[in-house]
Amino acid sequence: MSNEFMQLSLVPLLIGILSAVACALVGNFLVLRRQSLIGDAVSHVALPGIVGAFLITGTLSAGPMLIGAAVAAIVAVLLIELIRKIGNVEPGAAMGVVFTTLFAAGVLLLERTDTSKVHLDVEHALYGNLESLIWLAGESWGSLFDPAALAELPPQLPRLAIVLIVVAAFITIFWKELVIGTFDPAFAESIGARPTITSYALIIMVAIAAVAAFDAVGSIIVIAMFICPPAAARLMTDRMGPQIAWSVVFAVLSAIIGYVLAGYGPLWLGARSSVSAAGMIATVSGLILFLCCLVGPRRRGVKFAANRT
Amino acid sequence: MNTFLSALFLQTGYNTALVAVGAALLGASAGAIGTFVLLRKRSLVSDAISHATLPGLCLAFILMALATGDGRWIAGLMIGAAASAGLGLILVEWVTRRTRLTEDAAIGAVLSVFFGLGIVLLTVIQSLETGRQAGIAGYLVGSTAGMLRSEAETIAIAALISGMAIFALRRPFTLVCFDQEYAAVRGISIRATDLAMMGLLLATTVIGLKVAGLVLIVALTIIPPVAARFWTDRPEPMVIIASMLGAIAAYIGAVISSLDRGLPTGALIVLVAFGLFVLSMLLSPRRGLLASALKQRAFQIDVHQRQGLMALARGEAIHDAFTLKVLKRRGFIRADGVATLAGRGAVAEVMRDEARWSLYRKLYPDDAATAGLAGVTPITDALPDDIIAELDRHLTPHKVAT
Repeated sequence: MSNEFMQLSLVPLLIGILSAVACALVGNFLVLRRQSLIGDAVSHVALPGIVGAFLITGTLSAGPMLIGAAVAAIVAVLLIELIRKIGNVEPGAAMGVVFTTLFAAGVLLLERTDTSKVHLDVEHALYGNLESLIWLAGESWGSLFDPAALAELPPQLPRLAIVLIVVAAFITIFWKELVIGTFDPAFAESIGARPTITSYALIIMVAIAAVAAFDAVGSIIVIAMFICPPAAARLMTDRMGPQIAWSVVFAVLSAIIGYVLAGYGPLWLGARSSVSAAGMIATVSGLILFLCCLVGPRRRGVKFAANRT
Repeated sequence: MNTFLSALFLQTGYNTALVAVGAALLGASAGAIGTFVLLRKRSLVSDAISHATLPGLCLAFILMALATGDGRWIAGLMIGAAASAGLGLILVEWVTRRTRLTEDAAIGAVLSVFFGLGIVLLTVIQSLETGRQAGIAGYLVGSTAGMLRSEAETIAIAALISGMAIFALRRPFTLVCFDQEYAAVRGISIRATDLAMMGLLLATTVIGLKVAGLVLIVALTIIPPVAARFWTDRPEPMVIIASMLGAIAAYIGAVISSLDRGLPTGALIVLVAFGLFVLSMLLSPRRGLLASALKQRAFQIDVHQRQGLMALARGEAIHDAFTLKVLKRRGFIRADGVATLAGRGAVAEVMRDEARWSLYRKLYPDDAATAGLAGVTPITDALPDDIIAELDRHLTPHKVAT
């Protein structure tokens, strides 16, 4: 049992938790800034970037992929701004135009190129393949201290760990700027906290978290984790620090419960095979949000308090 | 190319033609309802709706597969998809209304969670081993290859019906988008109209799933209306233009994808729609990039001409190359920089205009400040005749004969 857990479940579970937490951390600011759907847009836009990088380099290594996705994200942001300014439409519609077009371009590129040798297709892009990230060398608990076995770890795990550290460091270092810029951009401008630069930096962090997690778990978890845990946390507290803490708790809970339910739930119900872990993690995070909508102590905000008086 | 042309003119068989016409009808009604949704500033709601169809689609497939052995009956799939998308829509409304969360968070949460649940059900379908899950995979990015005649007919008829419903409801939709108070006075229920609008958006999305795929159908309700926005400022022409653009994009996309198996219909439709959008952005006479570049250039020439003529009047030398070029091309100066007869006339004209403007600025400083381009526009174009006549009375001693 222990061996099987180490080889088949430990790494996917850790990767699930790391991606969930990394996305939820930045998601807190997106939800408060009413930019929740940027996560959605970024994870769609990453597809043509990754396919483009694959076409140019011929490999699926991390570096070119990240650069490709980053280029695509920058192109998308510029296009959205351009369309919003020239077209005189709401930002949501401009975003809709850009991310659907880029995603369509990615789908077409993918269907027209021979990617049969590597693991890259539309389904993989949408819902990843968490279950395939196994660690065959991890034969027992002792492997955790065995350098040879550790070298066999799927590369996504250390990559996501680094991304999580970067994201956490970004939020810790720029905490004051981020919080002030989120709640009162005008005040932030007046005290020299540079809200514009902070918000671009935030988008870059979103892109980094999205692309790293995208590779491991697919875009659907990314979108769910950007929004659901922070939104649920927002209904639990009025203060920023506790909100972040709640969102991390919810993200970890979603990842663990979702992974376990996907892996073992069908067996308990008598089915023979497991279901998609990525999908189940997203579903669990949605259930947590639903519960918070029903009973969260701070679910009614100022807009209701104002109506009552 | 010949295959493309013959497919474009419906010469490659009844099925392809039916699919293309069905797609065009779908594109038209998606463009029309999308316009109202855009004007209502709720474009991304369709993103939530389209992703929320997946669990219902899969559940319907599973139930039908268990009951009859084949889950691919398109009407049943559409009902399932509509049911779960409807639930998603209700949840978006409920979360926005009942909690402090904003609509964008509600949309994002619903679309990701429903889609996640759909993925879970999709893996359940794959484990059912009916060997027919291929029927459901086409709904992700759209596929018209190998579409049955009955499916194409269902799509065409359903798109036609929803298009007619949108046409019938166009007046209440327009009123609710622009003037809710007036709509209420006229006895139109805003809530019911919104509900109808979202219902039709949902219907169009569900009908389009098979053609465009659930990740990309949202583009058909967003891109054509945004493109149409470049061509007009009035709602009814905008609806017509958007549905025409939508129909063209869907038609051409469906035709191209019928040429080869590896051409995903949804992606092609979206890319054609984006092409039409870019053309609109460049060529629209109202606020297209080309039109505004031309306008900018004309303004630049006006400024240089005016400054050049005033320099001539003061007897100053002109050094700016562009100013010299403008004056020469208009025939106001000779190659050596000396004013021609026409040039001297133009100088007199500009000086009188300038005198009128500066007097106007002195007499009515407030009005002059709001007149905007005062000083470049000829005053006779900017102000009514009686004011100019009054200005001229003040200027009488220096008045130039008209």
